[in-house]
Amino acid sequence: MSGKETILSLDRLSVRLPRGADRTHALRDVSLEIASNEILCVVGESGSGKSMMANAVMRLLPNEVTIDSGRVMFEGRDLCAAPVAEMREVRGAGIAMIFQEPMTALNPLRTIGDQIAEMFSIHTGLSKAEINTRVLALLADVRIPDPKVAAKAYPHELSGGQRQRAMIAMALALDPKLLIADEPTTALDVTTQAQILKLIRDLQQRRKTAVMFITHDFGVVAEIADRVVVMQHGVIVEQGTASDVLHHPQHAYTKQLIAAVPPLKAPPPRALAADNILTITDVSKTYRTGGFLGRGARVTPAVKNVSLNLPRGATLGIVGESGSGKSTLARCIVRLIDPDAGSIVLDGSDWAKMPREKVRRETRHIQMVFQDPFASLNPRRKAAELVAQGPIVHGTRRAEAIADAKELFSLVGLDPSSADRYPHEFSGGQRQRIGLARALALKPDVLVADEPVSALDVSVQAQVLKLLAELRARLGLSIVFITHDLRVAAQICDLVAVMKDGAVVEHGLAGEVFGNPQHPYTQALLDSIPGGEFAREHDTEMV
Amino acid sequence: MDAVKRYFRSPAAVAGLILLLIVIAMAVSAGWFYPRDPLALAGRPLVWPFSNPRFLLGTDNSGRDIAAQIFYGARISLLIGGVATAIAILIGILVGAFAGYYGGWVDNVLMRITEAFQTLPNFVLLLVLVAVFGSTLTTVTIAVGVVSWPAPARLTRAEFLSLRNREFVQAGRTLGMKNIQLIFGEILPNALPPVIVYASVVMAVAILLESALAFLRLSDPNVASWGNLIGLGRDVLRVQWYVSAIPGIAILVTVLAVSLVGQGLNDALNPRLKGR
Repeated sequence: MSGKETILSLDRLSVRLPRGADRTHALRDVSLEIASNEILCVVGESGSGKSMMANAVMRLLPNEVTIDSGRVMFEGRDLCAAPVAEMREVRGAGIAMIFQEPMTALNPLRTIGDQIAEMFSIHTGLSKAEINTRVLALLADVRIPDPKVAAKAYPHELSGGQRQRAMIAMALALDPKLLIADEPTTALDVTTQAQILKLIRDLQQRRKTAVMFITHDFGVVAEIADRVVVMQHGVIVEQGTASDVLHHPQHAYTKQLIAAVPPLKAPPPRALAADNILTITDVSKTYRTGGFLGRGARVTPAVKNVSLNLPRGATLGIVGESGSGKSTLARCIVRLIDPDAGSIVLDGSDWAKMPREKVRRETRHIQMVFQDPFASLNPRRKAAELVAQGPIVHGTRRAEAIADAKELFSLVGLDPSSADRYPHEFSGGQRQRIGLARALALKPDVLVADEPVSALDVSVQAQVLKLLAELRARLGLSIVFITHDLRVAAQICDLVAVMKDGAVVEHGLAGEVFGNPQHPYTQALLDSIPGGEFAREHDTEMV
Repeated sequence: MDAVKRYFRSPAAVAGLILLLIVIAMAVSAGWFYPRDPLALAGRPLVWPFSNPRFLLGTDNSGRDIAAQIFYGARISLLIGGVATAIAILIGILVGAFAGYYGGWVDNVLMRITEAFQTLPNFVLLLVLVAVFGSTLTTVTIAVGVVSWPAPARLTRAEFLSLRNREFVQAGRTLGMKNIQLIFGEILPNALPPVIVYASVVMAVAILLESALAFLRLSDPNVASWGNLIGLGRDVLRVQWYVSAIPGIAILVTVLAVSLVGQGLNDALNPRLKGR
């Protein structure tokens, strides 16, 4: 890093957590440097302290959390010791920040242009007209189509990607020396993520800004990083140049994290049964909202004429971005939503047209695993009860159902003695295992899994996927696996269907779809996977 | 258990609980301290407090012991407060739960009814009910409950609206649970904490409503209640003000105790909202 000037340096920074937290320090003796014109990626799983570090630099820590010792040197002064008024000068002008969820980071009641203009009116004495030109120039800079319209738009009128662009425009308004990006692409679709990453890269190179990029995704690291810092439990375990860390990781934790990144290549195809357990034919679902006597009503076709087959014992992946209708399709299959048209034949009976009461009684044949391990378990029931609920509803005696539930606990890799605990006492991965056990308690023929690993850290993700593959083999389960992550789909699916705007644009064997995509949208999706090169290379390394 | 610990960490909540326990103790021990009928004549009328050791708090205009009426009145206030609150919360939860869970026309019908109740000032409605059905203790209690349910119903409905589409409810449905099981087994326990907290407000208002009725001499005259005593004292308010003031203080203390307990419960059950 010679020849470059150091913009920010952390010197043995420690941040103390309040008593009663799971550890005493959020950060312990963290030292790092960021030079001008470089992107430093801070990688770690949830709870590693990476976001806490960004907040410590900005001095935006929650009240009970305090900086214990160490220094944050920025432009020759220690930010830890800076008075509050001086910090206000630094925030925005010296160091700017962008966040994970642009919808909540933007004020919903003010226009985009207004919010960017605010940066100038707070920190500079520019005239209104001057500010206006600058705002439009910035919006053009972040390549928002039609800056004039965008400046007058409210946050909800823009797409997720455009909102994040607006956030970036706001952050870069005052030409900050350092940009802190806290998981800026995590909430975005892959194709949008690829665009935003490219944008950040371009702007950074043009403006020679230093960027601290916080992420959990090694694909993103491979895509964008100059240097990498790996964090675990509030401690930096490894730092170095991107290629060193990615290709020659030294620390065991880094190696473990990289190994857990799902390779893009599908595993060798398994033999598929000839008969289909689930046949979906021409299923459609249209949402109609609002409107009085037909006026002003909005019609959104969520699923359009989808036809798919699931051979017995196979796993069908349904891949798509947000709004593609994949979750609606999943909910139609388990009849949480009634499809408008089409048939869903499971073992000879048409699930789509069955009366509700019959669906309720027959529901044990088809079960669902949900995305959010925190929202999908009733917080007021014990784990064993949650798992036993299904059988109890269908007439098993309570004591017997609880005993069965404890057996299921060991099947999904949980300690049966933890069955008397409440959901909040489990980690995310463990909760997802409880959700899986709950679905399996009814001994279903088909399991519909809606983004079951999306909310989990990579290493936990890998474990849950492995568990799912094992259970599939042991119990002869047929699985419909919904995901937005092609890498995850490549891991577990025999068949893949790609959805866009409610329709299936391409489907076939996983190896074929990923190896030789036919539809341009599938190709675009595959190209957008962050660190595509790395994902493929890393695959060959691991084998 | 955490909630209990958090509750006892707040001095105001503990003070409220102690006050409430004192009122309850008065209600329980009334028959023991004052074995005679509190409405029986006990001595000369209008004896000032602390002037005769037989009547510590003096006597009212017809010569009845005020202290005895305060002790027995605690029973009535707590009874009306408790039972009317139970009625209001029960109706509120049922209406709110069905409206919030089913949505659509069920929600429309139930909410229009709720609004009809809400647009009438509830004291006026209470007067109408008492005028029509008479003013025995039972009808007054039920009437107070019946005019107090709209607010808990709206609160329950709001909770149900936000909870009914949570994944754990969908999970319950995919397990094959009936709607009734989902409403009362899955959603209600999660919707309950704010409603329980609100119950303290309903209880305080119920006690005040009964006193207001009694002040207008529309409550049951055959029981010793604080409101009745205030109503009696009205005639001698300018000279023997203590006849109204003493039960007034009793009502103040009880309502304060109930709301402090409610605030304490709120902080204990929703720790994240505290300090905002």
